[in-house]
Formats: sequence, structure tokens, C-alpha cells
Amino acid sequence: MTAATTIPFHTISLLVRNKPGVLVRVALVFSRRGYNIESLVVSPAMGQGEYDGIPITPGEFSRMTITCSGDPDNLGQIVKQLEKLIDVVTAIDHTGEAVIESELCLAKIKSGLDQRTALLQIAENFKAKVVDYGSDSMILRCAGESDKIDAMVALLRPYGIVEMVRSGKILMARGLAST
Amino acid sequence: MAGKTPTGGEIVIQCLEREGVEHVYGYSGGAAMPIFDALVDSKIKFVLVRHEQGATHMADGYARASGKPGVVLVTSGPGATNCVTGLLTALMDSVPMIVLTGQTITSMLGKDAFQEADVTGITYPVVKHSYLVKNAADIPRIMKEAFHIATTGRPGPVLIDLPKDITQGPCTAPFVDTVRLPGYRVPGRADPALLKKAADYLAKSKRPVLYVGHGSVISGAGAAILRLAEKLNAPIVNTLLGKGACAEDHELHQGMLGMHGTAYANRTVQNCDLIFAIGARWDDRITGKLSTFCPDAIKLHIDVDVAEFGKVLKPDVCMAGDAKLVVEDLIPLVSKCDSAEWLKQIAVWRKSYPLKYAKKGGLRAQYVLDRLDRLGGRDCIITTDVGQHQMWAAQFCRTTKNRHWLSSGGAGTMGFGFPSAIGAAMATGTPTWAVVGDGGFQMTLCELSTAALQKVPVKILIINNSYLGMIRQWQELFFDNRLSGADLEGNPDFVKLADAYGVPGKRVKRAADVDKALKWAMNHNDGPCLVEVEVVKEDNVFPMVPAGAGYEQMLIERPKVKMDKPTGST
Repeated sequence: MTAATTIPFHTISLLVRNKPGVLVRVALVFSRRGYNIESLVVSPAMGQGEYDGIPITPGEFSRMTITCSGDPDNLGQIVKQLEKLIDVVTAIDHTGEAVIESELCLAKIKSGLDQRTALLQIAENFKAKVVDYGSDSMILRCAGESDKIDAMVALLRPYGIVEMVRSGKILMARGLAST
Repeated sequence: MAGKTPTGGEIVIQCLEREGVEHVYGYSGGAAMPIFDALVDSKIKFVLVRHEQGATHMADGYARASGKPGVVLVTSGPGATNCVTGLLTALMDSVPMIVLTGQTITSMLGKDAFQEADVTGITYPVVKHSYLVKNAADIPRIMKEAFHIATTGRPGPVLIDLPKDITQGPCTAPFVDTVRLPGYRVPGRADPALLKKAADYLAKSKRPVLYVGHGSVISGAGAAILRLAEKLNAPIVNTLLGKGACAEDHELHQGMLGMHGTAYANRTVQNCDLIFAIGARWDDRITGKLSTFCPDAIKLHIDVDVAEFGKVLKPDVCMAGDAKLVVEDLIPLVSKCDSAEWLKQIAVWRKSYPLKYAKKGGLRAQYVLDRLDRLGGRDCIITTDVGQHQMWAAQFCRTTKNRHWLSSGGAGTMGFGFPSAIGAAMATGTPTWAVVGDGGFQMTLCELSTAALQKVPVKILIINNSYLGMIRQWQELFFDNRLSGADLEGNPDFVKLADAYGVPGKRVKRAADVDKALKWAMNHNDGPCLVEVEVVKEDNVFPMVPAGAGYEQMLIERPKVKMDKPTGST
């Protein structure tokens, strides 16, 4: 399979029932096959509306967005095994589909007087916001596609990144398609 | 009971009653006491086993023989962990089972309380679903969901972990009759367009074969499959667990395929131009080396579990649904195949490669099982343990009735044969032969107590070769006969052992005595009995497709040349 080399990361979106243990059940589908989860975002989903004609109670469902890499055949099997879990409502591999994706990054950089101008220029170019500004450090907050954040991080690295926290990728299908 | 608020434990038992549960198999303990207390006032028969693993296999045998879910009740910690093997066995073979485990009180969860174990955590990979009950009001809903999940779609075990304060405390929640499980979809009938596509492929096939698995047994698809086979004029083969879906003595039936299948079944599969999996999952015991498994044949697949589609190989048509309904819908769309030549060829293979064994050189297991088949074995349920005797029983004991063949296939659990026979006999009242080896029997033989106490019509047939025979066979064929961990020296006197439990037994050492002993056991109507047969120590199961090899490398008899170590899975 050549696809594995050209598309290293797959992003799988799960709608799950918000039950204790659902995260473990999902994680076991990956770990049993020796797959590593690169990033994982979990948050409440569908706070209102209805599912199958029955009103949704707040907190009934959660959204998981999982990024991982691997052979597409195996990942296809993983998606089917995820869907088979009782607490998983839908599991969709969005790789190659038209999606809006986003990630949040906080980066703490050493910044003496002589680096500040250059750092602020990088921040401006990437529409990153300075959220903490000290005499010898600053924290930048940047949101956007993961590639864009990777690019900014590469530019910041020579200045000395003290700490960095990334949220992991979230995504949504474009138009009326389901995520 | 009027005016008194029921306890959580009472509601658990009442939920079991509402689901029509007749028997519960289990072992008591501190954390499960409120549930056991509620059993006192119930009509449900509780069967006290001698080890929790036995309870799971009894419930499993009950479920496989009856089609109804088997129920297990055990306590927390070690009581629950002893069920893990039984859960795996049930999950791998799609057996509906409910396992109720006691748990420490909720305020002590995670604090290393006495007999506490993270049971839901330990069992995640071996259950279809599981629950940890934190609120008594959830009991009716969870019980209803558990039975629904265990018994629908691809069946499987569901575990419910019940903290003691929940089962001891009051429960006022009303019973529920419906379930809401968003995302749990059970396919019923297949897409008509796919049925049409499958029918088109079948119309073009000159060398079709129907490959029937456990899904056909579970769905009761046998009669429909026979009608399909007769209409197509197509041969049938079945898997180890597919035995009994279609009568193996039907003229179109070629017996079992796969690693130790009949040579003619395997030749049929190897040379077909279309293979139609009906409730089967292309297991590695079936396909052997994937790249040489029917590479040019059209592959059709019916499965109720859509995750099976494309898991092992990519079929040309995948029909999601209940095997019986899908086959019934397909029958009107098909007509007779141009398969006369094909059936003639298969008849030649049948003649050239019959199942056979040496008639000289001592008493052989194959002879014993052949005699069992001829002396009424087909009217009994047969359960097996795991190993050589299992394969010989599969080959020589032909199964003609659905749910009359019970064997641990996917998990290959030694110790399954005897307790599953107890459950099967209790579920149906049908005389049940537990065909076991001297190795596997010793793993769960403490259930002789249970069998004697319940007076079940279980006839234990020990095929005793004083070896772990299948291990010895592999070591002989592939490891230069360097025996390692295969010799069961130190076996007990099984007849005396049975006697100690009040179970009558007979030992057979000569072929001439086999019929007499089998007939004695067949006619024994007062609870369990045991026949121990001392067979040739060093015998091998053939035909054999070595693990990881293709069908073209099938061994019909002992090879003259040294074999390479097998590359396939176990």
C-alpha cells in the first residue's frame, strides 16, 4: 500500500455515548493491534436536538477526534471495530475528505530584549496572540491547521521553546456532511 | 412483599426472571451475598459449581445447546477473574452470556478493598459489553440492555459488575421493556442489490461450494442452506463450529474443511470457482496461507457482524444480515448451476481420500469415535474439549442436528468440554457426551461434583493417550520429535476418581470392549457416567494442513520427509 507513505496521518471522528469506560474501550481497539494514538481530543457533543427521534439529554454524547498513522487496510478494520463498540454511535475516517480542521497551540519562548521584535513578527505572520509577556519569556497562542502550527513551531525553535502544549486536532466535515 | 422496598439484589433476580432465565451457574462470596439472598425466594435454579471457570462453561454450554443466554453469578475479585477464560471462550464463539459479578461497596472502589479487582477493566477485551452499576436505579435498564446486547446481532458475553451496597440497598426503579442504544445496529435482511449481485455470480459458477459456519447454527439457517444447496446443486462444507447447521450425512455435504478437515472437503475448497461463506469468518484454521486460498474463486460472504467484512480477505459480495433471512431471500433469485461435472469430481475425491485410520497396532481414538457415531451418537449432544480428540470427534462423529455439536473453536479452551456438557444437558435434557482428552478433563474435573449432584445425563468419554496429543504431534512432525511439556505422566486412575464422586465408570483397553462400554453408558439413566478409553499413545490427526501452509500442502498421511516448522498462527 502506497497510501500509507503519502498520507501518514489519519483522522478518525467518533460520536460516542458519554459513559465510563468508553475511552478505554476505544483505546483498546488501537493498542490491541499495536497502534499508537498520536492525538486525541474528547469533548461534549450534541447538547440538544434529538437522535433517532428521541430527545437528547445534555451530556449524553461526546465527540472524540483521534489522529493516528498506519496501514490503510488496518485502519479500515480499526474503524469497523470502533463502530462495533456498543458505546460508539458513529466512527468516520475523514482522511482525504473535505474537512475543516483546527488545532490550538501554546508555546512558551525565551525572549530577551534583542529577540522580541523577531518573535512578534513571527507571531503576527501566524496570527498568533501574545497571551503572556514577561521580561525574559513570552507565551504565544496560535490556532489553525496542524501544518501551520508545525511551520510556526519550526520558526520559533531557534529562539528556545521552553514549553509547548498542543490540543490535538479537531475537525468537522464541510457542508451538510456528517462528521 | 407488599409495602417492602425491594433491594437491588432482588431487582437483579426479578429481572432475570422477567428474561425467562431458568438456571444460574455460579459460586457465592461476600460481595455477592445480597444477590444470593434474593435467589432464596426465586424459582430460578441455582447451580453451585466447584470453580467459577466451570460456571462460565456450563452457562456457555447451556446457551449453545438451547439458543438462550447462559447466566453466571459469582463474587468479586478472584471469583470474577476466574471467569475471564469463560468470557473469552464465549466471545470468540459468539455465545450469549450474562455474567453477574459482585463488587466491593462503591465508596471503597479503587481503594484495594478485600477481594476487590477492577473487573470491568480486566474484562474489557473479552466482553461484548460491560457495566459497572453505580446507582441502583439503573439496574432494570442495565439488565434489559445486557440481555438485548448479549442475544442480538452477533451474540456475546455481557458482564455486569454489582457493588454490594447497590445490591443491598433499596431499588425503586420500575422495570423497563425497551432499550435505547444509539449506534447499536443489528442488520436483518441484506440489500436486494447485493443479493442480485450474489445470484449473478452463482449463476455463472460451475464449481461452487457453500462454506457454513457457526453463524448458520446460531441463526438456525440450516434448512434454508440445504434448500439453497439443492436448488444450486452445490456442495456444502462446514467449519468446526458450523457442524450441525446442515446434516453432515446429506449427500451434498463433504464434512469439515480446514486444518484437519476431510481431504475431499479441502480439495473441493481448493478447486472451487466460487466459495460462499455463510455465517463464517475466514478463520486462519480455514484459509491456511491466505495468498494461496482460493485465489481465483469468487468469494461471497454473509455475516451479521459487518466488522468481519474485509477483515481477513476482500469478498466480491458482502451481505450484512441474519444468515437465515439472507439465504431465504437469495433462494428465489438462484437457479441450478452447471455443476454436474464438479460433483462427479468431488465424488472421485471422496472415494480416493476417505477418512481412514490404522486398524492394527492397538486401540485407536478414531475407532472409538466412529463407534460412538454408529451407536447413537447422532441422537445425543456431543461436546468436546480441545486437541486431537476434538479433531477426531469432528471427523468421525457426524452431526445431523442443529446445536448438537459444542466445541471451543476460536479460543480453543482446554477444560471446556466437560462443564459445557453439564450446561447443555441441563438446558435440554438430551443425553450429552463430553468427549474429552486426559489433559483437558483434568482442568475442570472438579465439576464431577456438580454433575453428580444435578444428576445430569452426561456421559464422559475420556480419550486417554497419556499425552497432550496435539502438542506431541506437532513436536513429532515439525520439531524433530523433541518432546517438551507433552507427557502427562502422573495421570490419575480416572475410573477410581469418578467413583470417589459417586460417578460410575468403566475403563476400556481393547477394541473388542468398546461397544459394550459405549452401550452401557448410553443406557445409563441415573446421572453422569464415565468411560475411559486407553488409546494408542502416539497417533496423529490427518488430514492436516500445517499452520500457515496452503491447501496444496495438505498432508493426508504421515510425511516421509522432515517438515519445516509451521509459520502460521499457532
